[in-house]
Amino acid sequence: MSAIPIRLYPEQPKQVYLYASCLVDMFDPNAGIAALQILEAQGIEVLWLEQQSCCGQPAYTSGYTDSAMKVAKQQFELFDTDIPVVVLSGSCAGMLRKHYPSLLEKECDSDALAKFSNQVFEWGEFLLNICQIKLLDKGETTKAVVHNSCSARREMGIAETTMRLLKQMDKVELVEPKYASECCGFGGSFAKRHQDISLAMVADKAKHLLETQASFLLSADWGCLLNINSYLEQQQSGMRGQHIATFIWQRCYGGEL
Amino acid sequence: MSQHIHPQHFKQQSKVALADPQLRSSFRNAMDYLQDKRAQSFSEPGSFEQLQLRGEAIRKRCLNQLPELLEQLESSCTNNGIVVHWAEDAQQAREIVSGILAEENAKTVVKGKSMLSEEIALNEHLAALNIECLESDMGEYIVQLANEAPSHIIMPAIHKRKQEVAELFAKHIDGFEYTEDVDSLIKAAREVLRYKFEHADAGITGVNFAVAQTGTLCLVENEGNGRMTSTVPKVHIALMGIEKVVESLNDIPPLLSLLTRSATGQAITTYFNMISSPRQSEDNDGPNAVHLVLVDNGRSQAYSDERYRASLQCIRCGACMNHCPVYARVGGHSYASVYPGPIGKIISPHLLGLEATGDLVTASSLCGACESVCPVNIPIPALLRELRSDAKLPSASEQALKGQASHRSWLEESVWVIFRIIMTKPVLYRGLSFFVVRFSFLMPRLPAIWGPQRSNPKPSTKTLHQLMRERKKNS
Repeated sequence: MSAIPIRLYPEQPKQVYLYASCLVDMFDPNAGIAALQILEAQGIEVLWLEQQSCCGQPAYTSGYTDSAMKVAKQQFELFDTDIPVVVLSGSCAGMLRKHYPSLLEKECDSDALAKFSNQVFEWGEFLLNICQIKLLDKGETTKAVVHNSCSARREMGIAETTMRLLKQMDKVELVEPKYASECCGFGGSFAKRHQDISLAMVADKAKHLLETQASFLLSADWGCLLNINSYLEQQQSGMRGQHIATFIWQRCYGGEL
Repeated sequence: MSQHIHPQHFKQQSKVALADPQLRSSFRNAMDYLQDKRAQSFSEPGSFEQLQLRGEAIRKRCLNQLPELLEQLESSCTNNGIVVHWAEDAQQAREIVSGILAEENAKTVVKGKSMLSEEIALNEHLAALNIECLESDMGEYIVQLANEAPSHIIMPAIHKRKQEVAELFAKHIDGFEYTEDVDSLIKAAREVLRYKFEHADAGITGVNFAVAQTGTLCLVENEGNGRMTSTVPKVHIALMGIEKVVESLNDIPPLLSLLTRSATGQAITTYFNMISSPRQSEDNDGPNAVHLVLVDNGRSQAYSDERYRASLQCIRCGACMNHCPVYARVGGHSYASVYPGPIGKIISPHLLGLEATGDLVTASSLCGACESVCPVNIPIPALLRELRSDAKLPSASEQALKGQASHRSWLEESVWVIFRIIMTKPVLYRGLSFFVVRFSFLMPRLPAIWGPQRSNPKPSTKTLHQLMRERKKNS
């Protein structure tokens, strides 16, 4: 996987699905609204499926393939494969794009799966590479540190894409922490099953994030943010991570959500 | 080694390691250093990916014709005068080695670094037969004196500080004057080893690659101990996992380059030995007899299951552990398996079964750092997920990996069945998520889901589904 094939991007479509992820749904719905409004600002009609729940990744990585497969099948069948699916998480996008084809191999049509996989984009990747978005930064000068998830970096190959998108905001000094490519220790059920190891990882991650003395912590993945924020809160640190969609909306579009 | 048999205690052992700041910093520093060295050796953009493609293709091609290549290797070696033995499991392998030693009336043995010899617990077996088996690799020598197991497959004593080494030498080496000077420490051990090389009845080494067409055994090393071990004693026994065979000499340069760069960031090691026969009449030195022991020990199981065959591509460079955020924090001994780190989590279930190694396969966030540096592109996270899935199967299938279905618990299964029911019933999902955000204020009061040092994540006050509905109503 070290050599992720170069992805060719299509023209900007008229319609897209927004796949928000269950974590954004329950923990940060405003990021979902921000993401949607930014897509609409590009002249795109955003389709919202009421039947979307979770991509099934938690069961999948825990080894409960059968449960994961049933969830994946129900979700997959919601989509018309002619319309792009814009996902608000590198990790869920990776699940949809890279794992649905093999997981649903025996259950669904392989051409449809291949087509679907090709239609899955992470939100920031979609904005930068398909909408060719130009962000106009209206905010104050500030400093932000970015945490890219492992799936965004290694599965989707979009860590640099996210950085390029955020760098368009010219009043934001963008930094990465030491050991930027190291995992924050989330990993779904890993964080619970191997709490002590996960804690050691998130403690180091938080230390390196705080060392940058940035005013904002940004990520495109709520899985990592759930973990990192929970640690930062318990340590009574002032830093809290937020989704890049919220940050971009507030600085470049309408302000508060 | 003695502590090498209980990976089921991984959690407790890793807890102890995590609480040891000295150990933590030893591993972190060493891993940082090795990561850096590797990155430097592949600094030219694309150089790694290009070589990796070749390496992967070679290993895949050779594995695809493994049975034929092994037979060819046997006949080439036999033609060269190397005696070939086959061992199905660890016990057979041990007995073959002790049988050869008995025949040669060998009482003292020097051994080059060989993870396979650890795998078959050879030292204990020989000790029980009153055969002295001295490790001649500096790292292995140190852990042997400390009566410990290696904590890394390339750098066995990476967990030891120089003070600890000095204390060990003071205790075990006659006439050693206490010093923490690294050069003096090496010199002291060298003197011991030199004497042993000269007087040993037999030498035992591993094999990095074996060439089927020519019957050549390749041994990669930095200290010269491999060369001494394989040439000075009158008998040389080479231990080799059956997956290490390659087709032709042309396969060697890319694999060697990948191995040394991935392992230590070296363009080439100090020594590269190619052993193709015992001493010939015109030779001035070399052993009178060379034996090759081909060991299966679970490899056929991995080979027969196409999902796991890729694990046999491994060339034992250790890059996956050097880049693993879990390994860097818990160190090699926590795993309590011969092969620690990411690849160890795949190999160990094939050696010991999934029942004993259930905690190893889950001890990964599946971050993929290992896969991204693997010189032969083994999809480690995907294999770990498969192993997790195997461990949770409702029942074991025929000829399955040992311990299949051993980690399915009624409670856990119920959790995922409930998850499945909720996530596949949109109305139920929305109802429940509404409930979650409605009572989100209760979250901090619930038992800590991931320990006392992280607060429970607090849901928002409304779900996105709710907000979207309100939005639709308002438009």
